Amino acid sequence: MIELENVAYSYGGGELLSDISIKLAPGSFYFLTGPSGAGKTTLLKLCYGALLPTAGQVRIMGNDVRNLDRDGVAMMRRNVGVVHQDVKFLDHLPVADNIALPLTVSGRQNEAGGADLGELLAWVGLNHRSAGLPPELSGGERQRAALARAVIMSPDVVLADEPTGNVDWEMSQRLLKLLIELNKMGKTVLIATHDLSLIRAAKSEVQARVLRISNRRLQLAGADL
Amino acid sequence: MKFTVSEMRSLLAGDKQADRVVPPSGFTAQLTLFAAAAMAFLAVFALALSLASGRLAARWGDELARTSTIRIVAPVGERAIQTDAALRVLETTAGVETARALTDAEQQALLSPWFGSGIDLRSLPVPRLIEVVENPSGFDAEGLRLRLAAEVPAAFLDDHTRWRAPLVQAANRLRLLGWVAIILIGAAVGAMVTLAANAALAANAQVVAVLRLVGATDRYIAEAFIRRFTIRAFIGAAVGMIFGMLAVLLLPSASDDAGFLTGLGFQGVGWLAPLLIPVVAGGVALIATRIASRKALEALS
Repeated sequence: MIELENVAYSYGGGELLSDISIKLAPGSFYFLTGPSGAGKTTLLKLCYGALLPTAGQVRIMGNDVRNLDRDGVAMMRRNVGVVHQDVKFLDHLPVADNIALPLTVSGRQNEAGGADLGELLAWVGLNHRSAGLPPELSGGERQRAALARAVIMSPDVVLADEPTGNVDWEMSQRLLKLLIELNKMGKTVLIATHDLSLIRAAKSEVQARVLRISNRRLQLAGADL
Repeated sequence: MKFTVSEMRSLLAGDKQADRVVPPSGFTAQLTLFAAAAMAFLAVFALALSLASGRLAARWGDELARTSTIRIVAPVGERAIQTDAALRVLETTAGVETARALTDAEQQALLSPWFGSGIDLRSLPVPRLIEVVENPSGFDAEGLRLRLAAEVPAAFLDDHTRWRAPLVQAANRLRLLGWVAIILIGAAVGAMVTLAANAALAANAQVVAVLRLVGATDRYIAEAFIRRFTIRAFIGAAVGMIFGMLAVLLLPSASDDAGFLTGLGFQGVGWLAPLLIPVVAGGVALIATRIASRKALEALS
């Protein structure tokens, strides 16, 4: 799946991450936490090939990212769903088309019937917004649309970077619920967040491991929730 | 980012879904269309110039090469005798198909542009002219000159080489200039499309980022832009070509009496040549956008 071995990442002469080793187990649920600027987003980017490690090895679906060219990374990303805090869409395309974009770029647009896309839209509660344009969506709707886009290819892993950063408590609970549902479907989920209340809220729903970045290193933050 | 034949086919066949991922960019689209149309319009004229120069060079080179003129410069009383003598020499010269002395009326017609139609040739020391037409094997001009010098001292052979060569050379240069103009126009289309494609890619950096995030390969992204600019250049060039051909059609028609400019245009199958202009423009746009998109996508990575 995704495996980091003695990974370090430096930028601008300074080391952001050091000696990071982690192997995401299939079907598991992780929180990645730490203060702002600790390197959570950087670690996530290493996990989906958006950044290359300055030392160590990152293997995604068995492939060493150093051996992949840009197209290889693009192909690999089809198996990893990513949700960003600052989610971006193609603003000229309707929401439904944006959600189906991973299928479109992989030439599989005909494989997802209208019913499948409809089910996905219903799952994230955006049926009524399918024909609208992304700029018309609220913050929570954008995050849910991003989640739908991240899972439409049925990836084995979903990485979410501060998915609840721009939404209110109620919406963050709704998003968390969707991510937990994905995990119960067998997907590996890794959520980077500095919001400890989100982690506490997940306590009763799912068995999650909490990883903490501290002093450039990754630590297991206490017992499983 | 190399393209195989099947990939080229799929590129040209298009993908409606893929084409939609790139937002429509009105201004660059209109600029590309206009520039391609203007360039194609100019290319039609350059092509017409080149083809007409080619025809002119061929005519001057081939047809005039088969004719020569003999001038009989003798006093009026001896002119007819010398003319008959020269004609007899020509009858026995190998390679001469026909030879005949021009009539007074014909000579008068030749001089009328300079002296008017009412001149009396008898009052002027105008030499008698003999038109000589070679057969395909041609005659030995130097040998004929020596024979005439011995047997008809008043006869002077002019095989047109002296004035024909620079004219043929000028026509060939003009044809070359036409082709150079076409190449420059093609290069300008390439440069213009490269600029427009670069601008479009830079303006769509966020689109590129989103596409990469969801797993789009560079080829997929590039093809969406390549198709767009290729089609724009093709359509623009087709429109420009049609207007260019209409303009050429409206030029005064060529006639035997007319000069070079009235012969500027297309003849016969030559009318099909401009049809290649949109195809070439599309091809140039395809290559230019491909190179531009490869560089831009590398820069955006």
